[in-house]
Amino acid sequence: MIKITEQPIDIQKVIDTASAPGAGATNVFIGTVRDHASDKKVMWLEYESYESMAVAETRKIIDEAAAKWPLMGWAVSHRMGTLKPGEVAVAVAVSTKHRKESFEACQYIIDSLKYRVPIFKKEVFEDGAEWVSAKPDLTLPKN
Amino acid sequence: MKLQLKTFGVTRELLGGRVVDWQFEGKTVGELKRELFSRYPSLADLQSLQVAVNQTFAEDNQPLTATDEVALIPPMNGG
Repeated sequence: MIKITEQPIDIQKVIDTASAPGAGATNVFIGTVRDHASDKKVMWLEYESYESMAVAETRKIIDEAAAKWPLMGWAVSHRMGTLKPGEVAVAVAVSTKHRKESFEACQYIIDSLKYRVPIFKKEVFEDGAEWVSAKPDLTLPKN
Repeated sequence: MKLQLKTFGVTRELLGGRVVDWQFEGKTVGELKRELFSRYPSLADLQSLQVAVNQTFAEDNQPLTATDEVALIPPMNGG
């Protein structure tokens, strides 16, 4: 399941979709909206996507993960629209026979999603707003 | 040729519409980027600007045709 939705993410559904009878491990990543960014209070975030391509790129990432690890089930759901701090922006779940590959595959999927899937995020602060442009793999503080 | 550019995020705000008609004088993705940077210098200040052709990221040397689905992809920030 790859879902790009304006509706709140149903985490249990993501987990259930990824679960498989023969799996001994289900690994779940839940990304939530932080209340601060760039040392400023976040009022809300606005997400938008190039939806058809976002689904296609996510599918490529899943295919790559399935080639690297023996996935038994998986699901990705990403929220669009206006999100307030604490709300769930993304959920990724994978199930595998053993835990090690479920951790690795889940991390690969969420890390790849952040820089390869055409989803765009605007941070709205008390004194303005900006489209986030920092690369997620950079650990430098944002200006 | 006339292209219709899909825009997202900061490119949508800079170009002022979700779909923008563009009279393209060049042939390739790289030439399109140069035209865009010339008309909208702020685009060149972005950390990255990629072009997707028919929903696949394109290299600068890829030729464009009037029937291609062309989209401007600013820095991505899923998650």
